[in-house]
Amino acid sequence: MEIPEQEFLAAGHRGCAGCGATIGARLALKMLGENTVAVSATGCLEVITTPYPETSWKVPWIHVAFENSAAVASGVERALKSQGKDDVNVVVFAGDGGTADIGLQSLSGAMERGHRIIYICYDNEAYMNTGVQRSGATPYGASTTTSPHGKESFGEDKPKKNIPMIMAAHGVPYVATASISYPEDFMKKVKKAAEMEGPAYIHLHQPCTTGWGYDPSKTIEMGRLAVDTGAWILYEIVDGEFKVTYRPLQRKPVNEYLNAQKRFKHLADEEKEKIQNYVNQVCAELKI
Amino acid sequence: MTAVGATVKEPGSSVKNKTGSWRTFKPVLDKDKCIDCENCFLFCPEGCITKENEIDYDYCKGCGICAEECPVKAIKMERG
Ligand SMILES: Cc1ncc(C[n+]2csc(CCOP(=O)(O)OP(=O)(O)O)c2C)c(N)n1
Ligand code: SF4
Ligand code: SF4
Ligand code: SF4
Ligand SMILES: [Mg+2]
Repeated sequence: MEIPEQEFLAAGHRGCAGCGATIGARLALKMLGENTVAVSATGCLEVITTPYPETSWKVPWIHVAFENSAAVASGVERALKSQGKDDVNVVVFAGDGGTADIGLQSLSGAMERGHRIIYICYDNEAYMNTGVQRSGATPYGASTTTSPHGKESFGEDKPKKNIPMIMAAHGVPYVATASISYPEDFMKKVKKAAEMEGPAYIHLHQPCTTGWGYDPSKTIEMGRLAVDTGAWILYEIVDGEFKVTYRPLQRKPVNEYLNAQKRFKHLADEEKEKIQNYVNQVCAELKI
Repeated sequence: MTAVGATVKEPGSSVKNKTGSWRTFKPVLDKDKCIDCENCFLFCPEGCITKENEIDYDYCKGCGICAEECPVKAIKMERG
Protein backbone atom coordinates (compact mmCIF):
# COMPACT_ATOMS: atom_id res chain seq x y z
CA MET A 1 0.00 0.00 0.00
CA GLU A 2 1.35 3.43 -0.96
CA ILE A 3 1.19 5.70 2.08
CA PRO A 4 1.07 9.46 1.42
CA GLU A 5 3.99 11.44 2.79
CA GLN A 6 1.88 14.54 3.44
CA GLU A 7 1.03 15.21 7.10
CA PHE A 8 -2.28 16.74 8.15
CA LEU A 9 -1.44 16.84 11.85
CA ALA A 10 1.41 19.25 12.52
CA ALA A 11 4.19 18.71 15.03
CA GLY A 12 4.42 20.89 18.10
CA HIS A 13 1.40 19.30 19.76
CA ARG A 14 1.50 18.68 23.50
CA GLY A 15 0.97 14.91 23.52
CA CYS A 16 3.15 12.93 25.91
CA ALA A 17 6.33 11.57 24.28
CA GLY A 18 5.24 8.27 22.74
CA CYS A 19 1.52 9.17 22.59
CA GLY A 20 -0.47 6.63 20.59
CA ALA A 21 -3.46 8.92 19.97
CA THR A 22 -1.50 11.21 17.66
CA ILE A 23 -0.15 8.22 15.72
CA GLY A 24 -3.75 7.13 15.09
CA ALA A 25 -4.85 10.60 13.99
CA ARG A 26 -1.84 11.04 11.68
CA LEU A 27 -2.41 7.72 9.92
CA ALA A 28 -6.16 8.23 9.53
CA LEU A 29 -5.73 11.73 8.09
CA LYS A 30 -3.19 10.44 5.55
CA MET A 31 -5.90 8.19 4.15
CA LEU A 32 -8.66 10.80 4.24
CA GLY A 33 -6.61 13.57 2.64
CA GLU A 34 -7.16 17.30 2.51
CA ASN A 35 -10.83 17.10 1.54
CA THR A 36 -11.77 16.39 5.12
CA VAL A 37 -13.49 18.11 8.02
CA ALA A 38 -12.53 16.74 11.43
CA VAL A 39 -14.59 16.90 14.61
CA SER A 40 -13.19 16.14 18.04
CA ALA A 41 -14.79 15.33 21.34
CA THR A 42 -13.14 16.77 24.42
CA GLY A 43 -10.25 14.58 25.47
CA CYS A 44 -6.49 14.18 25.13
CA LEU A 45 -6.35 14.49 21.35
CA GLU A 46 -8.42 17.67 21.36
CA VAL A 47 -6.50 19.26 24.24
CA ILE A 48 -2.99 18.43 23.04
CA THR A 49 -3.59 19.54 19.44
CA THR A 50 -5.37 22.84 20.11
CA PRO A 51 -3.77 24.92 22.87
CA TYR A 52 -5.35 28.25 21.92
CA PRO A 53 -4.32 30.16 19.81
CA GLU A 54 -2.49 27.26 18.14
CA THR A 55 -3.72 24.22 16.27
CA SER A 56 -1.98 21.15 14.91
CA TRP A 57 -4.79 20.46 12.44
CA LYS A 58 -4.20 21.20 8.78
CA VAL A 59 -7.76 20.36 7.79
CA PRO A 60 -10.83 22.27 9.04
CA TRP A 61 -11.49 21.08 12.57
CA ILE A 62 -14.26 21.74 15.07
CA HIS A 63 -14.72 21.00 18.73
CA VAL A 64 -17.90 21.75 20.64
CA ALA A 65 -18.22 19.61 23.75
CA PHE A 66 -17.46 16.22 25.24
CA GLU A 67 -20.81 14.56 24.62
CA ASN A 68 -21.86 15.70 21.17
CA SER A 69 -19.13 15.03 18.60
CA ALA A 70 -21.40 12.74 16.56
CA ALA A 71 -24.20 15.35 16.63
CA VAL A 72 -21.78 18.07 15.52
CA ALA A 73 -20.51 15.81 12.71
CA SER A 74 -24.11 15.13 11.67
CA GLY A 75 -24.70 18.86 11.35
CA VAL A 76 -21.47 19.39 9.40
CA GLU A 77 -22.38 16.56 7.03
CA ARG A 78 -25.89 17.94 6.42
CA ALA A 79 -24.59 21.48 5.90
CA LEU A 80 -22.04 20.27 3.33
CA LYS A 81 -24.72 18.19 1.63
CA SER A 82 -27.07 21.15 1.37
CA GLN A 83 -24.26 23.00 -0.42
CA GLY A 84 -23.85 20.12 -2.85
CA LYS A 85 -20.47 19.13 -1.40
CA ASP A 86 -20.86 15.38 -1.35
CA ASP A 87 -17.18 14.54 -1.67
CA VAL A 88 -15.96 15.82 1.70
CA ASN A 89 -15.04 13.31 4.41
CA VAL A 90 -16.48 14.17 7.80
CA VAL A 91 -14.49 12.36 10.46
CA VAL A 92 -14.87 12.27 14.22
CA PHE A 93 -12.03 11.53 16.63
CA ALA A 94 -13.42 10.80 20.06
CA GLY A 95 -11.93 9.02 23.05
CA ASP A 96 -13.35 5.94 24.70
CA GLY A 97 -14.94 8.02 27.45
CA GLY A 98 -16.44 10.31 24.84
CA THR A 99 -17.75 7.29 22.96
CA ALA A 100 -18.61 4.46 25.34
CA ASP A 101 -20.06 6.72 28.04
CA ILE A 102 -20.79 10.38 27.61
CA GLY A 103 -21.26 10.63 23.82
CA LEU A 104 -23.10 7.35 23.35
CA GLN A 105 -26.56 8.82 22.86
CA SER A 106 -25.45 11.35 20.25
CA LEU A 107 -23.44 8.64 18.50
CA SER A 108 -26.40 6.28 18.50
CA GLY A 109 -28.61 9.01 17.05
CA ALA A 110 -26.14 9.79 14.27
CA MET A 111 -25.81 6.11 13.38
CA GLU A 112 -29.58 5.69 13.38
CA ARG A 113 -30.13 8.74 11.15
CA GLY A 114 -27.61 7.36 8.66
CA HIS A 115 -25.28 10.32 8.26
CA ARG A 116 -22.32 9.78 5.98
CA ILE A 117 -19.69 10.21 8.70
CA ILE A 118 -16.61 8.29 9.77
CA TYR A 119 -16.49 7.97 13.53
CA ILE A 120 -13.14 6.90 14.94
CA CYS A 121 -13.06 6.07 18.62
CA TYR A 122 -9.43 6.19 19.76
CA ASP A 123 -9.54 3.87 22.69
CA ASN A 124 -6.89 4.28 25.38
CA GLU A 125 -9.22 2.53 27.81
CA ALA A 126 -9.74 5.33 30.35
CA TYR A 127 -10.37 9.06 30.75
CA MET A 128 -6.74 10.01 30.23
CA ASN A 129 -7.00 13.76 29.83
CA THR A 130 -8.39 14.22 33.32
CA GLY A 131 -6.04 11.79 35.03
CA VAL A 132 -6.85 8.16 34.21
CA GLN A 133 -10.39 7.60 35.48
CA ARG A 134 -12.14 4.37 34.42
CA SER A 135 -14.52 4.45 31.45
CA GLY A 136 -16.98 1.88 30.12
CA ALA A 137 -14.13 0.74 27.88
CA THR A 138 -11.65 0.10 30.70
CA PRO A 139 -10.82 -3.61 30.68
CA TYR A 140 -11.38 -6.03 33.54
CA GLY A 141 -8.65 -5.86 36.17
CA ALA A 142 -7.15 -2.50 35.17
CA SER A 143 -6.20 -0.17 37.99
CA THR A 144 -7.29 3.42 37.39
CA THR A 145 -7.72 6.36 39.75
CA THR A 146 -11.43 5.53 40.10
CA SER A 147 -10.95 1.75 40.07
CA PRO A 148 -7.79 1.59 42.18
CA HIS A 149 -6.37 -1.73 43.29
CA GLY A 150 -5.75 -2.31 46.97
CA LYS A 151 -6.77 -4.50 49.85
CA GLU A 152 -10.45 -4.35 48.95
CA SER A 153 -10.20 -4.26 45.18
CA PHE A 154 -8.33 -5.86 42.28
CA GLY A 155 -9.11 -2.89 40.03
CA GLU A 156 -11.87 -2.56 37.42
CA ASP A 157 -14.45 -5.25 38.13
CA LYS A 158 -16.54 -4.95 34.94
CA PRO A 159 -15.66 -6.29 31.52
CA LYS A 160 -14.93 -3.86 28.67
CA LYS A 161 -18.13 -2.54 27.09
CA ASN A 162 -18.38 -3.88 23.54
CA ILE A 163 -19.01 -0.66 21.62
CA PRO A 164 -18.21 -1.93 18.11
CA MET A 165 -20.92 -4.58 18.46
CA ILE A 166 -23.35 -1.99 19.81
CA MET A 167 -22.60 0.04 16.67
CA ALA A 168 -23.08 -3.06 14.51
CA ALA A 169 -26.50 -3.54 16.09
CA HIS A 170 -27.49 -0.21 14.52
CA GLY A 171 -27.18 -1.91 11.14
CA VAL A 172 -24.71 0.65 9.78
CA PRO A 173 -22.80 -0.30 6.60
CA TYR A 174 -19.34 -0.38 8.16
CA VAL A 175 -17.95 -1.28 11.58
CA ALA A 176 -14.35 -2.21 12.25
CA THR A 177 -11.85 -2.62 15.03
CA ALA A 178 -8.22 -1.63 14.49
CA SER A 179 -4.94 -1.01 16.26
CA ILE A 180 -2.29 1.64 15.75
CA SER A 181 0.24 -1.21 15.81
CA TYR A 182 -1.21 -2.65 12.58
CA PRO A 183 -1.11 0.51 10.48
CA GLU A 184 -1.88 -1.03 7.09
CA ASP A 185 -4.91 -2.86 8.43
CA PHE A 186 -6.10 0.36 10.10
CA MET A 187 -5.47 2.56 7.08
CA LYS A 188 -7.26 0.18 4.70
CA LYS A 189 -10.23 0.31 7.04
CA VAL A 190 -10.21 4.11 7.08
CA LYS A 191 -10.20 4.09 3.29
CA LYS A 192 -13.09 1.65 3.16
CA ALA A 193 -14.99 3.66 5.75
CA ALA A 194 -14.61 6.77 3.59
CA GLU A 195 -16.12 4.94 0.62
CA MET A 196 -19.34 4.04 2.45
CA GLU A 197 -22.61 5.78 1.63
CA GLY A 198 -23.68 5.77 5.26
CA PRO A 199 -22.14 5.85 8.75
CA ALA A 200 -18.87 4.07 9.39
CA TYR A 201 -17.49 3.29 12.83
CA ILE A 202 -13.87 2.35 13.59
CA HIS A 203 -12.78 1.39 17.09
CA LEU A 204 -9.04 2.02 17.27
CA HIS A 205 -7.06 0.44 20.09
CA GLN A 206 -4.43 2.95 21.21
CA PRO A 207 -1.89 2.28 23.93
CA CYS A 208 -1.20 5.21 26.29
CA THR A 209 2.18 5.35 28.01
CA THR A 210 0.98 7.57 30.84
CA GLY A 211 -2.26 5.80 31.70
CA TRP A 212 -1.12 2.23 31.17
CA GLY A 213 2.31 2.55 32.74
CA TYR A 214 4.99 1.42 30.30
CA ASP A 215 8.04 3.03 28.69
CA PRO A 216 7.10 5.50 25.89
CA SER A 217 9.20 3.56 23.37
CA LYS A 218 6.89 0.55 23.82
CA THR A 219 3.64 2.09 22.54
CA ILE A 220 3.58 0.06 19.32
CA GLU A 221 4.86 -3.07 21.07
CA MET A 222 1.99 -2.82 23.58
CA GLY A 223 -0.65 -2.60 20.86
CA ARG A 224 0.92 -5.54 19.07
CA LEU A 225 0.90 -7.62 22.26
CA ALA A 226 -2.81 -6.89 22.71
CA VAL A 227 -3.53 -8.30 19.25
CA ASP A 228 -1.02 -11.15 19.41
CA THR A 229 -2.44 -12.38 22.72
CA GLY A 230 -6.03 -12.14 21.52
CA ALA A 231 -6.87 -9.46 24.09
CA TRP A 232 -7.81 -7.19 21.15
CA ILE A 233 -9.20 -8.61 17.93
CA LEU A 234 -9.01 -7.03 14.50
CA TYR A 235 -12.18 -7.46 12.46
CA GLU A 236 -14.59 -5.65 10.20
CA ILE A 237 -18.31 -5.90 9.51
CA VAL A 238 -19.28 -4.79 6.01
CA ASP A 239 -23.03 -4.65 5.42
CA GLY A 240 -23.54 -7.14 8.24
CA GLU A 241 -20.82 -9.53 7.01
CA PHE A 242 -18.31 -10.26 9.83
CA LYS A 243 -14.67 -11.01 9.01
CA VAL A 244 -11.54 -11.29 11.15
CA THR A 245 -8.88 -9.25 9.31
CA TYR A 246 -5.78 -10.46 11.15
CA ARG A 247 -5.00 -13.74 12.90
CA PRO A 248 -1.81 -14.10 14.93
CA LEU A 249 0.09 -17.17 13.74
CA GLN A 250 0.55 -18.35 17.29
CA ARG A 251 -1.45 -16.70 20.04
CA LYS A 252 0.78 -15.53 22.95
CA PRO A 253 -0.24 -15.99 26.60
CA VAL A 254 -2.20 -12.95 27.78
CA ASN A 255 0.23 -12.57 30.70
CA GLU A 256 2.82 -11.20 28.26
CA TYR A 257 0.48 -8.28 27.66
CA LEU A 258 -0.70 -7.86 31.27
CA ASN A 259 2.71 -8.09 32.94
CA ALA A 260 4.16 -5.40 30.67
CA GLN A 261 1.85 -2.72 32.12
CA LYS A 262 1.63 -1.09 35.52
CA ARG A 263 -2.18 -1.00 35.40
CA PHE A 264 -2.34 -4.84 35.48
CA LYS A 265 0.80 -5.69 37.45
CA HIS A 266 -1.00 -6.05 40.78
CA LEU A 267 -3.36 -8.76 39.50
CA ALA A 268 -3.27 -12.11 41.30
CA ASP A 269 -2.78 -15.26 39.22
CA GLU A 270 -6.44 -16.08 39.76
CA GLU A 271 -7.58 -12.85 38.06
CA LYS A 272 -5.07 -13.23 35.24
CA GLU A 273 -6.38 -16.73 34.66
CA LYS A 274 -9.92 -15.40 34.45
CA ILE A 275 -8.77 -12.96 31.77
CA GLN A 276 -6.96 -15.75 29.88
CA ASN A 277 -10.07 -17.94 30.01
CA TYR A 278 -12.25 -15.14 28.72
CA VAL A 279 -9.80 -14.44 25.86
CA ASN A 280 -9.69 -18.17 25.05
CA GLN A 281 -13.46 -18.32 24.86
CA VAL A 282 -13.75 -15.33 22.52
CA CYS A 283 -10.89 -16.58 20.34
CA ALA A 284 -12.39 -20.07 20.15
CA GLU A 285 -15.64 -18.60 18.85
CA LEU A 286 -13.73 -16.65 16.19
CA LYS A 287 -11.25 -19.45 15.44
CA ILE A 288 -8.22 -17.34 16.39
CA MET B 1 -18.02 35.17 8.46
CA THR B 2 -18.96 35.84 12.05
CA ALA B 3 -16.93 33.64 14.31
CA VAL B 4 -18.74 32.00 17.19
CA GLY B 5 -16.45 30.77 19.94
CA ALA B 6 -12.69 30.62 19.59
CA THR B 7 -11.34 30.45 16.05
CA VAL B 8 -7.81 29.65 14.94
CA LYS B 9 -7.18 30.62 11.34
CA GLU B 10 -3.64 29.38 10.79
CA PRO B 11 -3.59 25.64 10.00
CA GLY B 12 -0.83 23.67 11.68
CA SER B 13 0.31 26.65 13.76
CA SER B 14 1.44 24.40 16.63
CA VAL B 15 4.80 24.20 14.80
CA LYS B 16 5.59 27.38 16.72
CA ASN B 17 6.03 25.15 19.74
CA LYS B 18 9.32 23.34 19.35
CA THR B 19 8.94 20.19 21.38
CA GLY B 20 12.53 19.11 20.74
CA SER B 21 13.37 20.78 24.04
CA TRP B 22 11.54 17.95 25.86
CA ARG B 23 14.07 15.40 24.69
CA THR B 24 16.58 13.55 26.87
CA PHE B 25 17.65 10.86 24.39
CA LYS B 26 18.10 11.55 20.71
CA PRO B 27 17.51 9.07 17.86
CA VAL B 28 20.46 8.84 15.49
CA LEU B 29 19.71 7.11 12.19
CA ASP B 30 22.30 5.22 10.16
CA LYS B 31 21.13 5.44 6.53
CA ASP B 32 23.57 2.73 5.46
CA LYS B 33 21.76 0.20 7.61
CA CYS B 34 18.25 1.35 6.67
CA ILE B 35 16.13 -0.96 4.50
CA ASP B 36 13.38 1.64 3.84
CA CYS B 37 10.62 -0.25 5.64
CA GLU B 38 8.96 3.07 6.64
CA ASN B 39 8.25 1.92 10.22
CA CYS B 40 9.90 4.98 11.75
CA PHE B 41 7.96 7.32 9.44
CA LEU B 42 4.66 5.56 10.20
CA PHE B 43 4.98 5.28 13.96
CA CYS B 44 6.48 8.62 15.01
CA PRO B 45 3.87 10.38 17.19
CA GLU B 46 5.21 13.75 16.06
CA GLY B 47 5.31 12.97 12.36
CA CYS B 48 8.85 14.30 12.42
CA ILE B 49 10.61 11.60 10.37
CA THR B 50 10.25 11.82 6.60
CA LYS B 51 10.07 8.88 4.21
CA GLU B 52 13.64 9.79 3.28
CA ASN B 53 14.57 9.21 6.93
CA GLU B 54 15.27 12.81 7.87
CA ILE B 55 14.56 13.44 11.55
CA ASP B 56 13.43 16.93 12.52
CA TYR B 57 15.09 17.45 15.89
CA ASP B 58 13.13 20.67 16.45
CA TYR B 59 10.15 18.47 17.31
CA CYS B 60 11.47 14.99 18.18
CA LYS B 61 10.55 14.33 21.84
CA GLY B 62 12.92 11.38 22.08
CA CYS B 63 10.23 8.81 22.80
CA GLY B 64 12.33 6.03 21.24
CA ILE B 65 9.49 4.41 19.27
CA CYS B 66 11.42 4.70 15.99
CA ALA B 67 14.46 2.95 17.45
CA GLU B 68 12.27 0.27 19.03
CA GLU B 69 10.37 -0.41 15.79
CA CYS B 70 13.32 -0.41 13.41
CA PRO B 71 13.71 -4.03 12.26
CA VAL B 72 17.43 -3.66 11.49
CA LYS B 73 18.43 -1.49 14.47
CA ALA B 74 19.46 1.39 12.22
CA ILE B 75 18.35 3.90 14.87
CA LYS B 76 20.21 4.30 18.16
CA MET B 77 19.13 6.44 21.08
CA GLU B 78 21.95 8.66 22.31
CA ARG B 79 22.11 11.27 25.03
CA GLY B 80 21.62 14.85 23.83
C1 LIG C 1 -19.55 17.19 30.26
C2 LIG C 1 -18.12 17.09 30.62
N1 LIG C 1 -17.76 16.31 31.67
C3 LIG C 1 -16.46 16.19 32.01
C4 LIG C 1 -15.49 16.84 31.31
C5 LIG C 1 -14.05 16.73 31.73
N2 LIG C 1 -13.28 15.93 30.81
C6 LIG C 1 -12.55 16.48 29.82
S1 LIG C 1 -11.69 15.36 28.90
C7 LIG C 1 -12.26 14.10 29.88
C8 LIG C 1 -11.79 12.71 29.63
C9 LIG C 1 -11.85 12.23 28.22
O1 LIG C 1 -11.67 10.86 28.17
P1 LIG C 1 -11.71 10.10 26.80
O2 LIG C 1 -12.93 10.42 26.05
O3 LIG C 1 -11.46 8.65 27.05
O4 LIG C 1 -10.47 10.73 25.99
P2 LIG C 1 -8.92 10.70 26.42
O5 LIG C 1 -8.66 11.91 27.26
O6 LIG C 1 -8.68 9.44 27.16
O7 LIG C 1 -8.18 10.75 25.14
C10 LIG C 1 -13.12 14.56 30.89
C11 LIG C 1 -13.75 13.73 31.89
C12 LIG C 1 -15.91 17.67 30.22
N3 LIG C 1 -15.02 18.32 29.46
N4 LIG C 1 -17.22 17.76 29.90
S1 SF4 D 1 -2.18 10.67 28.44
FE1 SF4 D 1 -2.00 9.05 26.90
S2 SF4 D 1 -3.44 9.58 25.23
FE2 SF4 D 1 -3.13 11.41 26.53
S3 SF4 D 1 -1.48 12.59 25.51
FE3 SF4 D 1 -0.50 11.27 27.06
S4 SF4 D 1 0.02 9.35 25.98
FE4 SF4 D 1 -1.45 10.48 24.68
S1 SF4 E 1 12.28 9.39 19.11
FE1 SF4 E 1 10.04 9.46 18.96
S2 SF4 E 1 9.61 11.60 18.48
FE2 SF4 E 1 11.78 11.28 18.01
S3 SF4 E 1 11.82 10.74 15.85
FE3 SF4 E 1 11.76 8.81 17.01
S4 SF4 E 1 9.57 8.31 17.10
FE4 SF4 E 1 9.71 10.48 16.53
S1 SF4 F 1 12.56 1.79 10.69
FE1 SF4 F 1 14.76 1.49 10.30
S2 SF4 F 1 14.86 0.33 8.40
FE2 SF4 F 1 12.78 1.12 8.56
S3 SF4 F 1 12.84 3.04 7.41
FE3 SF4 F 1 13.26 3.57 9.55
S4 SF4 F 1 15.52 3.51 9.76
FE4 SF4 F 1 14.97 2.47 7.85
MG1 LIG G 1 -9.63 7.62 26.81
